[in-house]
Amino acid sequence: MEAMMKNLFTLFILLTLGFAESAQAKLNVFACEPEWAALAEAIGGDLVTTTTATSALQDPHYIQARPSLIAKIRKADLLICSGSELEIGWLPLLLRKGSNPKIQAGQSGYLLAGEFVKRLDIPTVLDRAEGDMHSQGNPHIQTNPHNLAVVAEVIAARLEAIDPKNGTSYQQNLSDFLQQWIQAIARWETQAAGLRGKEIVVHHKSWIYLEDWLGLVEVATLESKPGIPPSGAHLSKLLTQLESNPATIIIRSPYQDAKASKWLSEKTGIPETALPFTVGGSDQASDLFKLFDETIQLLLINMEPSQ
Amino acid sequence: METQNLNTVNLIKLVALTLSLFVCSANAQSAQSQTVDELINIKAELASMKSQYEKRIHDLERRLATAEQQLATQSTTAQKASNPAPEAAARESNNSSYASASNRYNPAIGIIIDGEIWAYDNPDAGNIPGFTLGGESGLADEGLGIGESEFVFSGNVDNWFYGQITAAIEQEDGEFGIGLEEAFIETLSLPASMTLRMGRFYSAVGYLNDKHKHAWDFADQALPYRAFMGSQYTDDGIQLRWLAPTDFFLELGAEIFRGGSYPAGGNANSGFGTRSLFAQTGGDIGFSHSWTAGFSWLTADAIERESGDENQPLLFDGNSDLYIADFVWKWAPNGNSKQRNITFQSEYIWRQEDGNVVLPATNQALSLKQNAQGWYVQGSYQWMPRWRAGLRIAGLSTDRPSSIFSGSALDPLSHNPRIYSFMLDYANSEFSRLRLQYNHDETSLVNNQQIGLQYIMSIGAHGGHEF
Repeated sequence: MEAMMKNLFTLFILLTLGFAESAQAKLNVFACEPEWAALAEAIGGDLVTTTTATSALQDPHYIQARPSLIAKIRKADLLICSGSELEIGWLPLLLRKGSNPKIQAGQSGYLLAGEFVKRLDIPTVLDRAEGDMHSQGNPHIQTNPHNLAVVAEVIAARLEAIDPKNGTSYQQNLSDFLQQWIQAIARWETQAAGLRGKEIVVHHKSWIYLEDWLGLVEVATLESKPGIPPSGAHLSKLLTQLESNPATIIIRSPYQDAKASKWLSEKTGIPETALPFTVGGSDQASDLFKLFDETIQLLLINMEPSQ
Repeated sequence: METQNLNTVNLIKLVALTLSLFVCSANAQSAQSQTVDELINIKAELASMKSQYEKRIHDLERRLATAEQQLATQSTTAQKASNPAPEAAARESNNSSYASASNRYNPAIGIIIDGEIWAYDNPDAGNIPGFTLGGESGLADEGLGIGESEFVFSGNVDNWFYGQITAAIEQEDGEFGIGLEEAFIETLSLPASMTLRMGRFYSAVGYLNDKHKHAWDFADQALPYRAFMGSQYTDDGIQLRWLAPTDFFLELGAEIFRGGSYPAGGNANSGFGTRSLFAQTGGDIGFSHSWTAGFSWLTADAIERESGDENQPLLFDGNSDLYIADFVWKWAPNGNSKQRNITFQSEYIWRQEDGNVVLPATNQALSLKQNAQGWYVQGSYQWMPRWRAGLRIAGLSTDRPSSIFSGSALDPLSHNPRIYSFMLDYANSEFSRLRLQYNHDETSLVNNQQIGLQYIMSIGAHGGHEF
């Protein structure tokens, strides 16, 4: 009897160790936004499993530290978020509640993508009378594919630091990804060359990196101040402005209410559209390449209808 | 350097090849077949060089990007460095213009300004039969008033600890004072998903107990918390939490408190008066639904605990056992709560008190054993950005204690205390909220209609979005 118990015990220990081993086989990547999950998958390949805290249909400013997110962040080996205070309402809480030393600030498992690219719109004066400002600049860096290339490098370096024995795989995946990515960027830039200098209206200041990349000129935002929903008074002011100085398109992200842009579009005749904004933001935008394919196509269709 | 030399050699090769191509083409007619072979060779060589060059350029691009990244890493890991990388300095220049080196380590500072105006149609409605309230659970003062403004200072102490202090500025009997609501440190790096918290803090039992007033959906605290927890149980203590290694959320925790505040009192057991255990779970159902449920137990020992009328308090020596079940469900289309959302929230508290009571204006200790229950159910609906409406129903019930307490404050007098609340609030931004609340209060023997206006404003550090 005793021997049997001993054997059972040994079996149990072996099983437990086996599970622990298989659980450790893959790195867990916790991405705050879908674009970072997609990028981590491109570079991590089969060596990582990714979870995304937000979907393309959720405004990443307004997420709560939900129980499911605490459970996910608990087991993360690498955390990738946009940073620049985009997740300030929930990420610090999650980091404290998740009891996970590997992904605390300062660790190699803590990666804020925004810190590695040139950020735009850094305010010189911080005053919330100007809306919900981000002291470190505009956080929506993923709308410029050049930024994604830089972040891809960082992700590869971090994955290698966390999991050195698979370093060559990460570097190989990175190099494959970048080769395709750089070609794709060249293609997008050629396709969108005609958009340079065109004037656009945006719902929220979500697109300044896209504007910077393609040379679009933002002439108005539907929100009177960042984070303040579009008001009737502000929209009628925009109507007057656009009647005398029309723009070519009104754009928003999929999680922003379509009402305001549809109203303004009807009144002015300026086309409006939701751009995917991130992976999963439209049926077509199922990966990073298709995200930009779709973005450029939507801009071209709406802004150059003659073609 | 090596790469450069190689590049030079290859360049020379390329030039030589190009020249030879010209020569070849010049002699094409005289030696056609030979030239074709050569051309094929040259083409192959050119193609291989081209691919080599592409690879090399690609490598260089990568090295450049890596170098940029390293610079950036230096900038982020060493913002405090006296000699930051040039790129970092450029990036930070906008911020550093108004932050001198000495105050860059300032903690995050958040200020909450809370103001309330209340009107009651029956301000002298009296006490709740069967219950004597303790702590800060009375009704807000009638008329214009400032509610509870607070300062929150927080930050990482180092790589091991996080610290937070919440100080409330309160006015009592015309005198201002600063109350220390919270002052705690918490670990960041314990192994095995554990977190240890020490200091003064709100107990994690129940759902509402550790939610700050400005995060409530109603202007006043839910009735069972007012009756059993002194509004919110906060005390000096130590807390250990553990996250189970499961894919779903399961948190277990235990606390020990000094036992200085209601429902404890008198720092019993040499200053280890209160113990608690709690378990919380929760998850998502699809993108649109999320929920949490918990069960907790708190046992508080009390020595000469005061409740009821401040000037003529009821004194209690003994033990107060509380069992709390909580459930919260939230809905938002696709989980995008900014546009529309619904919150449903309910808690049930069962209390057993066992000890001796000294009734007001008597000296005699009377033995008491009493079971009481309290519950609330509430829901709020944001039907468009900024606007929310909510309903709350809450009730209490208690055993009738032995006949020696007949007619005393502990006699429920066959009354069922109930309170019905309605609220409407408007948030201009994430940082400001205006609220109108109406209570139909049947907790006393005489009904009381209450109307309140509240504003909650937050300045400074961005608060956390608790679930």
